[in-house]
Amino acid sequence: MNNDTPPGLARLLPLLHFAPLLLLALPWFTQAGGTLDRISFVLVYGLFAMSLNLLVGYTGLVSFGHAMFFAFSAYGFCLLLGAGWGVVPAMLGAVGASTLLACVIGAVCVRLHETYFSFITLAMAMLLYNMIEIWAPVTGGDQGLTGMVRQATLFGTNLSAGLPRYEFIAAVFCASAFAMYALVSSSFGATLRMVRDNEPRSAYLGVNVYATKLAAFILAGLFAAVAGVLATLLVSGAYPTMAFWSTSGDAIFAILLGGSRVFYGPLAGALLLRLLVDGTTRYTGNTSLVLGALILAIVLVVRKGPVDWLNEWWQARKARPARRTANTGNAVNTSAAAVTADPAAEARPC
Amino acid sequence: MLSLRHVSKSFGGNHVIQDVSLEFATGSLSAVIGPNGAGKTTLFNLICGTLHPDRGEILLDGAPLHGLPPRQVARRGLARAFQVASLFPSFTPWQSFCAAAVPERLGVAGLLSGFPRQQGRQRADEVIALLGLDAVAHTPVEQLSHGDQKMVDIGIALCAHPRVLLLDEPTAGMGPEERWHMVETVRRLWQATGLTVLFIEHDMDIVFSVAEDVTVLSYGAILARGTPQAVRADPGVIRAYLGSYAKEAA
Repeated sequence: MNNDTPPGLARLLPLLHFAPLLLLALPWFTQAGGTLDRISFVLVYGLFAMSLNLLVGYTGLVSFGHAMFFAFSAYGFCLLLGAGWGVVPAMLGAVGASTLLACVIGAVCVRLHETYFSFITLAMAMLLYNMIEIWAPVTGGDQGLTGMVRQATLFGTNLSAGLPRYEFIAAVFCASAFAMYALVSSSFGATLRMVRDNEPRSAYLGVNVYATKLAAFILAGLFAAVAGVLATLLVSGAYPTMAFWSTSGDAIFAILLGGSRVFYGPLAGALLLRLLVDGTTRYTGNTSLVLGALILAIVLVVRKGPVDWLNEWWQARKARPARRTANTGNAVNTSAAAVTADPAAEARPC
Repeated sequence: MLSLRHVSKSFGGNHVIQDVSLEFATGSLSAVIGPNGAGKTTLFNLICGTLHPDRGEILLDGAPLHGLPPRQVARRGLARAFQVASLFPSFTPWQSFCAAAVPERLGVAGLLSGFPRQQGRQRADEVIALLGLDAVAHTPVEQLSHGDQKMVDIGIALCAHPRVLLLDEPTAGMGPEERWHMVETVRRLWQATGLTVLFIEHDMDIVFSVAEDVTVLSYGAILARGTPQAVRADPGVIRAYLGSYAKEAA
């Protein structure tokens, strides 16, 4: 804590981690279907982008095929609902099956590095996409699977539309976000960041780099599968485009747009992406042109998302008084500028 | 005790290490010297598991290390600091030490335990005190001076609870003052921990003032081994490596 920060306000900062719970209270303020649907969309695709960020931002693995778990789980959920399963067993079954798929595919993919890893994940996802297209008797081909979601009821409440659907999506999002935050704050999360920063050095410290990457891949697949189930409820079915490379591309774009080094950066990116797509569709019709120009600007000029930028600004602001103290207090080493009073807080991911 | 028995390594027709047999007693402080290309770093790479010997055995307290990957060698109690500091750029020194000290990283224990764990914090605080890094403990490593980065590199290795510590040119790229500060720190940590320390160094003043015994490599073979005084007086070593230094010292 530094002198410029009002102690009362600073003490409240950890409460920000509980901010997602406000989503559950949102229907007290508005029950407009369009608003709740837009927020649900951001939560679902935000959760998907956050799951991908376990790989991209925390482990340094850029997957172009993450949508395969999203789609596999969406189709699984629809098929299980169609077979008469309840919402919770169907969800558990679909997420479980996708996690198993992530085990098998991850075991092959994480052996490869950088570009090769990216392209093998892309190839796997496109394989699944083509299987969905071809295997029409089961998957509905290019028409997808529709109709099953109408049967989705939980404790007698139909989840296919309106307020119950929003509340279900918001509750699952909150649970998933807390679980993911606990994950990245754990010793395992620190190991992911070690592997991302310096893979050989991690190995010299006894880290099993392959197993660590595989665990990250499986857990990212699990949360993508949860997002896939929620997407099925949101769009009333499962469609082949869910497995298409552009779905993974949108998640990568959300990470770029929001930032990869802050936990909720990808969620902010999903929100910005949604606003951009809505805005450009309404006013120009050249959505791809605007998004393409924005990607170029981010990659070539800014090189970080706005949430990353805000986080760095906040960290620099926190460090400023310490630097002043160090300069006036005859500190032994000027690089002590960024000393923080609470190292445990510093160790937590943002 | 760290033992190498008839270790050889070749790359194609280039025999980089030739039938090297060495023993480093537990708790010793030993130097490996030799001209560029003598095979010093390759020897370290063989001990650490980065490379595997074509022939021969490497044993730590009787348990074989040869053929094991670096992570398993590390778990058997061998840690290494590098010629160019190998750090975790998004961590501060304190975080790096906490992370390096945590043994359970995967499985239920790793997932359920918060970071940093109590034992990691304790070890990090000990190492920071040992290396005198208090002033920079919470500064991002990218902002540290070269000397501090090298010190953090050693600290990361120490946090892994090693029995043997390998230091590859710990003073490389440092100014005279920083070099001697590093030498004093290495000597202090060796005395405080009782570790077996093995280091590569080009500065002969440092080697002969710090090391208990010196091994001289040339073209992948042992040219001489003994106390600093014996090695400095060895005609073969003077001819192949020390040259004018030995005359000046005399």
